[in-house]
Amino acid sequence: MTVLPLLMILAVLAAAGFILGRQRALALAGGETKKLHSLPAYYGWHAAIMAFVPAFFALIAWLLIQPFFIESAALSHLPASVLEDSTSSTLAMSDVRKIAAGLDNAVYQGALTETDIDALNASEGDLRAFFGTVGVALASPVSPEVLSAAKQYRETVASASIVRAVVILLIAVAALAWALKLTAPDFWARNRVEKVVLWLLMLASLIAILTTVGIIWSLLSESFNFFSQYPIGDFFFGLTWNPKFGGGSDLGFIPLFWGTIYITIIALLVAVPLGLFAAIYLAEYASRRTRAWVKPMIEVIAGIPTVVYGLFALITVGPFLRDFFSAPMGLGNSAASVMTAGIVIGLLNIPFISSLSDDIINAVPQSLRDGAFGLGSTKSETIRQVVLPAALPGIAGAILMGASRAIGETMIVVMGAGAAAKLSLNPFEAMTTMTVKIVGQLTGDTDFNSPETLVAFALGMTLFVITLLLNVMAVWIVRKYREQYE
Amino acid sequence: MSDISANGPVGGPASAPGKPKVSIIGQSARMKARNRTESIFKVLGLSAILFSLAVLALMLFTIFRDGTSAFFQTKATFPITLSAEVIDPAGNRNRDDLAKQTTMTYNKVINEAFLAALAANGIKTDDVPQKEITEMISKGAAGELRADVLADPALVGQTIEPSIVLGGRIDGYMKGRVTRESAERDSNVTLGQLDLADRMKEAGMLATVWNWDFVTNTDSSDTRPETAGLGVAILGSAYMMFLVLIMCVPVGVAASIYLEEFAPKNRWTDLIEVNIANLAAVPSIVYGILGLAIFINVMGGQMGVEALKMSASLVGALVLSLQTLPTIIIATRSAIRAVPPSIRDAALGIGASKMQTVFHHVLPLAMPGILTGTILGLASALGETAPLLLIGMVAFVANYPSAPWEGGFSDPATALPVQVYSWASRSDPAFIERSNGAIIVLLVFLLIMNLTAIFLRRKFERRW
Repeated sequence: MTVLPLLMILAVLAAAGFILGRQRALALAGGETKKLHSLPAYYGWHAAIMAFVPAFFALIAWLLIQPFFIESAALSHLPASVLEDSTSSTLAMSDVRKIAAGLDNAVYQGALTETDIDALNASEGDLRAFFGTVGVALASPVSPEVLSAAKQYRETVASASIVRAVVILLIAVAALAWALKLTAPDFWARNRVEKVVLWLLMLASLIAILTTVGIIWSLLSESFNFFSQYPIGDFFFGLTWNPKFGGGSDLGFIPLFWGTIYITIIALLVAVPLGLFAAIYLAEYASRRTRAWVKPMIEVIAGIPTVVYGLFALITVGPFLRDFFSAPMGLGNSAASVMTAGIVIGLLNIPFISSLSDDIINAVPQSLRDGAFGLGSTKSETIRQVVLPAALPGIAGAILMGASRAIGETMIVVMGAGAAAKLSLNPFEAMTTMTVKIVGQLTGDTDFNSPETLVAFALGMTLFVITLLLNVMAVWIVRKYREQYE
Repeated sequence: MSDISANGPVGGPASAPGKPKVSIIGQSARMKARNRTESIFKVLGLSAILFSLAVLALMLFTIFRDGTSAFFQTKATFPITLSAEVIDPAGNRNRDDLAKQTTMTYNKVINEAFLAALAANGIKTDDVPQKEITEMISKGAAGELRADVLADPALVGQTIEPSIVLGGRIDGYMKGRVTRESAERDSNVTLGQLDLADRMKEAGMLATVWNWDFVTNTDSSDTRPETAGLGVAILGSAYMMFLVLIMCVPVGVAASIYLEEFAPKNRWTDLIEVNIANLAAVPSIVYGILGLAIFINVMGGQMGVEALKMSASLVGALVLSLQTLPTIIIATRSAIRAVPPSIRDAALGIGASKMQTVFHHVLPLAMPGILTGTILGLASALGETAPLLLIGMVAFVANYPSAPWEGGFSDPATALPVQVYSWASRSDPAFIERSNGAIIVLLVFLLIMNLTAIFLRRKFERRW
C-alpha cells in the first residue's frame, strides 16, 4: 500500500475518532454536557489526534529509516568489489532501483508477469534494450548480481509496504482505543488537546530553522567536496574561468565576482536616484490622492516576475543599447552586456528602493521639517539639508538591501548579461555573474561529482554569505537609525 | 528671510549699492534662483516616477505587441479523405490496429489532399516545386490528425474538413513577422511558398484563427514552433500552486500563531525571528541549490524516495514552499498583530483558554489579512523561475503529467515562467512570440490573484 491511501485511511480513522470520542464522552456523562470537564468536541478532538498524530509520525520515521534496511539487504547481493568504495556502490544501488522500477513498469504495462520476473535471467537476451522499451534508460548492461539485487529489492519493498501499512494502522487503532479508554467525564481533554496543538505549532515554527540548516548543510557539504578536489586559493583568487569537460579546468572566482559587482553597481546607479526621487516626491510633494494611485502602480513593477524582465532585456533593452550606444561608439556589438543587465535590474529595484526610502522619510519627525520651514527654507532645501541627512542611515540600509537583491538576481542576468567570464571595464561587453554560472554548471550534462559541477555549490555558498552579510548590515543600520527617533 | 533681506547686506546683487531699489513684494534674484531649484527638484521627483511607469508601460506594450499573435494560428482548411485502405489496412476499426499506422502515413494523406485541394480551388502551383508545397504544412499536423482518428475511429472512411496547421514561417508571414526580405535569407522558407500562401489566402483556403492549442498543447521540438503550447506548463504550475497552498499555508500560519501568541521571549525565539527575516532575503537560486542537494540527491537519490525526482512538480512545490514560507509568516504575523489586545482580553475575561482565544477569536479576525498575504505569496511563487531551473524543470517535457491521484505530482512537468525562459532561449524567432504569449498567460494569472487580494483587503479590511 502506498503512502497516499495510507494517509487517507488515517484521516478517515481520525474523523471516526472524533465522532466516537465525542459520543463516548456524552454517553458517559449521560448526555449532560455540564458534567464533562471539557466541551464535548474536545473529547472528539482528543481521539482524532490520538488516531492520527502518532501514526503519522511513525509513518514519517518509517519512510526515513526503511531505505537503509532495504538497501543493505539488496547490496548484499552485489559483489564485494562494487561495495568497496562509496561512489560505485551508490551507482550500483541507483541501477538496482532503476531496474526495480523497470520491472514494476513492465508488470504495470502487462509486458511481464510475476512468474516471468522470477524466471528472468541476465544472461538471456538484451535486458537493457528491454528496459528501454518500458521507459527505463540504463547506462550499462544488466549484470546478474544487479538483477538479483533488484529482484530482492522489489520483493523487500513490496513486503515492507504491506508490513508498514499493517504496523501504522495498528498504531492508529491502538492509540484510538487508548484515547477512548481514557475518555471519562473528569478527563481533562481540552488541556491535553491544547498541549498537543501547542507542540504542533512549535514544530511548524522550527521548519524555518530547518530550512536554514538545510541551506547551510547543502552548501557546505558539497563545497567541502569541491575544495577537496580543487584548491581553495585557486578558486577565490583565480583570474580565469574556463571549465572544460575533460578536467583540468580553471575555476577562478574573480571574473564572476567582478561581473556581479559591475552589474550591481550599474543597477544601483539606475535604481537609487530614480527610487529615491520617486520616494521623495511621494512622501513630500504628492497629494494624498496621487499617492494612493501612484504607489500601487510603482509596486506593480516589483510584482512582475523577473523572467519577464529577462525577456525585456533580451529582446528590447539589449538590442536598443547595441544599436544606439555601443555599436556607434565602437564599444562592441553584443546585445547581452553588463549595461543591459544592470539597467534592467536597476528598473526592477526601483520600487524596492522607493518603498523602503518612503518609509524611512516618513519616519523623520515632522518637528525637524517644521524647524527648517520656520527658518525660511524652501521645501527642497528642507528635504536636501534636513530630511535626507536625518534619513541617511536608513537610506544607506535600503541601498545595501537593494545591492543584495541585485547580487542574487538570476533570470535577468542569465538572459541579459551573457555567459563569457571576463575581466573588463567596458560596460557594453558581455560578462557573467555568479548566479549565471550556478545555473550553467548545474543544468549542464557533466558528472555530478566533478569539480565543474560542484563549483556551483562553492559559488552558491559565497553568494549566500555575501547577501547575508549585506542584509544583516542593512538591518543593523536601519534598526540603529530607528531607535534614534523613538 | 529672503523678502526682508532685499535691502540688507546679504541680499545678493539686487541690493548692491548704486542699483535701483527693489520692491519687497517682488522676488530677489537669489530668491528666484532658490525657487527655480525648488521647481527643478520637484520636477525631478515627478519625472523619476513618470520614467519608471513609462518603462513599465513600454515593457507591457512590447509583450502584448509581440505576444498577442501567439494566440492566433495560420491554418488551412481543405477536405481530407481518410480512405480506409490506407489508414486501416486491417479493416476492423480497431484502435490498436489503427495505432500501427505512424504519422508517416497520415503525412502522405494530408499532402495528397492538400495538393488536390489546391488544384480543385484553381490555385496556380506550377511555379513552386511539389516538395516545397507540402513543406508548407506543419510537421506536427500529421500527429494531430492521427490523434483525432485514434480518438474517434469512426472517422475512417469519411471525408473531413479539419484545420491543418501550417508551418511556422508561413504563420509568421501572415502575421507580418516574416517579410519577403527576411525570407530570402532564410533557408526554411522560399519566396514561392509565400506567394502560394498569398494565393491561398485570396482563395479563402487559409486563415489566421484563434488558437486554443497554444494554451492546451504540449511543448514541441525546435523545428515546430507552430504547435508548441503551454499545456504542460500550466498544469505543472497549477500542481505546484496547489501543493504550495496545502504544504506552506498551514505550516506558515501555525508558525506565526506560535511566534506571535505563545512563544516565550527568549534567545531561542529570537533566533527563530532573525532566521525568518534572513530567509526572506536569501536569493531564490539558493533555494534551488537546496532542492537539488537535499530533495533530489539525498532524499530522492540516496534515501530512495521515488516521488522525489528531477523535474517533478512535487520537488518544485517543496522548494517554492520553503521559499514562500517566510513571506507567509511575515504577512500572517502582521495580520495577527493587527487584532487589538482588547479582543483577547475580552475572550480571556469570560473564561476562554488561551488556545480558544486564538483559534476562536484572533484567527478569524486575522483571516482576511492572512488570505491576502497568502495570495500575494502564491503570486510571487508562481512567477519564480531560477530555483526551478536547477531542479530540472527546464527540461523538454513531451507528455502531460498524469492526474494527481495517479501519481502526477512526481511526473516530469514544467512551469509557466520556466517555459517563458526555455522558449526565449531557442534560436527560432517564432519561439519569441510564444514566449511573449506565455508571459501574457502568466500575467493574466498574476492579475487575477492580485485583484482577488485587493478585493479581499477592500472588502474585509477592518480599522480598529
